[in-house]
Amino acid sequence: MLRLKPFRYLRPAGAEEAAAIVAEFDGEAMLVAGGTDLVPKLKRRQMEPSILVGISHLEELRSLRSTPEGGMEIGAAITLAEVTRNKDLEMHWPGYVQAASLVSSPPLRNLGTIGGNLMVDTRCNYYDMTYEWRQAAGFCLKKDGDACRVAPARPHCWAVSSSDTAPVAIALDATAVLAGPEGRREVPVESLYQDDGIHYTTKQPYEVVTSLHFPPRAGWRSSYVKLRRRGSIDFPIGGAAVALVIEGGRIIDSRIVLSGVASHPVVAVEAASYLVGHSLDPELVAEVADHAAKPVKPLDNADLAYTWRKRMVKWLVTQAVLEAGK
Amino acid sequence: MRVVGKPLAKVDARAKVTGSTLYADDLIFSDTLFCKLLRSPHPYARIKHMDLNAAKAVEGVVAVITGNDLPVKYGILPISQDEHALESEKVRYVGDPVAAVAAFDEETAALAAEKIRVEYEVLDPVTSIEEALSEPTDEPIHDYGGPANIHKMAALSFGDLEAGFAEADHIREDVFFYGGNTHLPMEQHSAIATYVNGKLTLWSSTQTPHYVHRTISKVLDLPMQAIRVVATPHGGGFGGKTDPFSHELAVCKLAMVTGKPVKCTLTREEVFYAHRGRHPVLMWVRTGMKSNGRITAMHFKTALDGGAYGSYGVATMFYTGALQTTTYDIPAYRFEGARVFTNKAPCGPKRGHGTPQPRFALELHLDKMAEDLGLDPVEVRRRNYVSPNTTTVNWLRITSCGLEEITDQVLQASSYVNRQRAVGHGMGFAVASYLCGAGLPIYWNKLPHSECLIKLDRGGVTVYCGATDIGQGSDTVIATLVAEELGLWPSDIRLVTGDTGFAPVDLGSYSSRVTFMAGNAALDAARKLRNLLAEVAAESMGCLPGEIVTGDGKFGTLSFEETTQLAQERFGAISTVGSYRPPDLAGPYKGSGVGPSPAYSYSAAVVDIDVDPETGIIKVNKVWLAHDIGRSINPVSVRGQVEGGVYMGLGEALMEEQAYRKAMPKQPSMLDYKSLTSVDMPEVETILVETDDPEGPYGAKEVGQGPLLPVVPAVVSAVHDALGVWIDQVPVTPDKIMKALDAKAKGQAPRFGPKSFPDIAYPQYVKVDTPHVATQAI
Ligand SMILES: Cc1cc2nc3c(=O)[nH]c(=O)nc-3n(C[C@H](O)[C@H](O)[C@H](O)COP(=O)(O)OP(=O)(O)OC[C@H]3O[C@@H](n4cnc5c(N)ncnc54)[C@H](O)[C@@H]3O)c2cc1C
Ligand code: SF4
Repeated sequence: MLRLKPFRYLRPAGAEEAAAIVAEFDGEAMLVAGGTDLVPKLKRRQMEPSILVGISHLEELRSLRSTPEGGMEIGAAITLAEVTRNKDLEMHWPGYVQAASLVSSPPLRNLGTIGGNLMVDTRCNYYDMTYEWRQAAGFCLKKDGDACRVAPARPHCWAVSSSDTAPVAIALDATAVLAGPEGRREVPVESLYQDDGIHYTTKQPYEVVTSLHFPPRAGWRSSYVKLRRRGSIDFPIGGAAVALVIEGGRIIDSRIVLSGVASHPVVAVEAASYLVGHSLDPELVAEVADHAAKPVKPLDNADLAYTWRKRMVKWLVTQAVLEAGK
Repeated sequence: MRVVGKPLAKVDARAKVTGSTLYADDLIFSDTLFCKLLRSPHPYARIKHMDLNAAKAVEGVVAVITGNDLPVKYGILPISQDEHALESEKVRYVGDPVAAVAAFDEETAALAAEKIRVEYEVLDPVTSIEEALSEPTDEPIHDYGGPANIHKMAALSFGDLEAGFAEADHIREDVFFYGGNTHLPMEQHSAIATYVNGKLTLWSSTQTPHYVHRTISKVLDLPMQAIRVVATPHGGGFGGKTDPFSHELAVCKLAMVTGKPVKCTLTREEVFYAHRGRHPVLMWVRTGMKSNGRITAMHFKTALDGGAYGSYGVATMFYTGALQTTTYDIPAYRFEGARVFTNKAPCGPKRGHGTPQPRFALELHLDKMAEDLGLDPVEVRRRNYVSPNTTTVNWLRITSCGLEEITDQVLQASSYVNRQRAVGHGMGFAVASYLCGAGLPIYWNKLPHSECLIKLDRGGVTVYCGATDIGQGSDTVIATLVAEELGLWPSDIRLVTGDTGFAPVDLGSYSSRVTFMAGNAALDAARKLRNLLAEVAAESMGCLPGEIVTGDGKFGTLSFEETTQLAQERFGAISTVGSYRPPDLAGPYKGSGVGPSPAYSYSAAVVDIDVDPETGIIKVNKVWLAHDIGRSINPVSVRGQVEGGVYMGLGEALMEEQAYRKAMPKQPSMLDYKSLTSVDMPEVETILVETDDPEGPYGAKEVGQGPLLPVVPAVVSAVHDALGVWIDQVPVTPDKIMKALDAKAKGQAPRFGPKSFPDIAYPQYVKVDTPHVATQAI
């Protein structure tokens, strides 16, 4: 079988200590939570850290509670399975629970954390392969090589953002608390990502996500619709998160965020704004979905034909808007 | 019957579910070394130079071997001896093994393998059937076959084709493509060898220990009697473990070189390279029909993408033309087939071996002809069904045949005829047939195909038989048959199977031959034993042997133990033997060796689906599968095989594909190679029809492969029923459905599939006289 390369495993006493270790062994050390994304990638030598810094044992990352203002705080080491079992979340942030319940398969949801899901590596089927395969096909820009295999014209990586929960967290205006060696900062989840398949996060490599905060619900409805080949296990090859506030039959606020179509969750600001002030009319929804889908350009680096994936974005948005509006 | 036909637990069930079964990778001996193969990163290249020094210098490495250490060529078929365990001159696909390392642990072996320096001269790879048919830019992949990269061609013509077409009221041509796919067994291939006192023993996850045994003898130049091959319990084979493999030969050689046990377990990715999976096949079919639906003539052409080596490919190619006639009475039939070499992992036999592809084409082609003529597709089939006890135009002997019964029952259970018609909802129907064992062995001989020995000692019964239980339940079948004869329970029988050192020969678990052939051999031995025991029991009881009733551990009034004691007192040591060789069934023409079988199973499927016209996404609601099993030796086992076949058929119909980008395998992992998960699997309603085959053991026929066959065309037929488009290419992915819908919307032919069939210079066909039997009146 594929074997892991040997590494040192460190078990810090707190998030700041974890961050300090990763900062000290710059480039050598990586954080690991459930390990469901990282460990298979280590076996394929997509990352080759000599030190892994465990964080899922940290009590401070295991909170799961309503905040006094009526929001929700979820520790980064809370598992996806725990999220799917939480009644408060299910009642008020259903889109987030839907997304968590659609990640991979039950065993992986029992191990995989929500922090790991936010930080999950971008994916590409020239990259998510064993060392031997990548050597045979030719290494690529993201690891060990110097050109992109999908779109060689430009030295840019188009690996796909594949987190199911990130788009919903963004749609619901969630923030993340990051711990560094010198303290903590709180940032909108949206600002964690950038358009670069290699450096897909704006967070420093040593910063630990300690928790995710959902602001008070105040009438938000939410949904997440995921496109994948099979009913389980598969990563998203498209997804739409929608959050709406509807009052008196009219939409007064709306968000549309796409997953699996670019190197970062794509926030369709303009398309979403077209919904505001209107009722949920199927024709309008179709128009809005069309608008959200138009700029999206999937490439031939994920499952199924990219032309079909492109076509499905509109369908995903339509479904998600209708679902949220129910 | 007391135990035959009863839903008893499989004899190995408890060990399997409690985790005590020892698979090949569970075996470990003291001082075992671990082997890693180095594989080619190039689809096609000449090996200029290899430097092993750095690898040998790695601490913990005990031996490194290359093709120079294993120079003898082999191949499963005598006519395709084109493989080396390790290639030393040329590599022909990404994953072709070139060296093997033995070290104290797997990590060290892998590290050392990486340090082997190989200098390659890269050649232009051949990546498709079309490329393989035209003049190659570099030298042909193999030094036999041809022209271009054609491996083997055949052309056979039965009856008067031209006259048949002249008689037809309607003639139609269609082109289909069946994408290649792989077996995806849960258990990766694994083997461990020891060499002690000049005797080599190999434990391997193989379906064909006897053929592996022969290959080892040839390649390692050891006498047959110095070798023992043990087929370990299986975590799935499906045809993927029926060839002799590089890792098996490498661990044998390394055990001889080092004097230590050597083990190799393939990684999941390597299993995709070992492959030997379903051939991609391009097909062209032309059929003549009377306006009442009666077939007058059929012309069928195939082109198979064989990948880099021969494997079973010549047989596969003949199979793409052989079994069209075992369901439909075709008065005049011509088949032309070609298999080509390409620089991709070698294809071979997978569940249904060479017949799912033409079955897919044939069933859909008949649907289309029925549509053309405004006839009911079920009625068109019925009008052409073969009858029991007939001989087909290509000389296949049909005995028991439950086509009518399975059709009636599957239609009734599924309410297919009165189905709800709605856009986006559809049902499809198809039938198929499969062998109960190949009528001829892989290498020419007149020996039994299966032998069995039963040893009786102080009440203990041990059955020795080479048959290999690959999870299909052959151990249970043998134990059940012997238990039935001796009045015991299957769990009373001790079994030594799949062991070429201890058990007499069985050719292996392929072509659905084991229940029929090993079953008949076991029955032969068990009946001899029963007669012997009945004789002593009768003597003791003062009655005639024929009056002895057995059951519940008794022979008449005597217990089984008492009976055996009397028998041993009288005869001394007791054992009986049995064997089976199929009757001579081959027709009087070259190429007639593929297709004949002592019996054929029949399956009919109805598939119910929803398909979303906006996305092309299919949801399978339910599958009904009626199967002519002859007789169920164990109905639970039989249902398990039906459900497994339906599962695999749906996978092939909807998503499974061994895909390449040029010659680079696109998705050699279990995440990326898509097969149905448990949540994608619909309910299956199995209907078993018993036709009591005259030659099968207790009338039994096969079930391991047949039920897969009708599922694939039935899915496509259901898509047509739902949306009015034909998807003439599997797997039927949602993008193909959308493309077909687009074509329909634009007023073009409402289909997705290959546009044409290449012009292949098949040889002049061999004209074969039809057998002198009455076919149905036209
Ligand atoms: C077969 C398979 C299918 C999958 N399918 C899906 C899917 O459908 N959808 C999906 O979204 N994911 C999927 N995944 C990926 C993964 O299982 C999930 O994303 C999971 O939530 C990751 O969490 P983890 O705790 O296991 O992360 P880990 O593997 O421990 O870490 C992932 C990454 O995040 C970093 N990290 C982890 N926690 C923190 C933290 N608190 N602060 C900062 N950085 C952190 C790690 O350094 C690492 O880079 C799949 C994985 C597999 C193997
Ligand atoms: S998009 Fe290009 S650079 Fe990025 S992982 Fe894929 S092949 Fe590599």
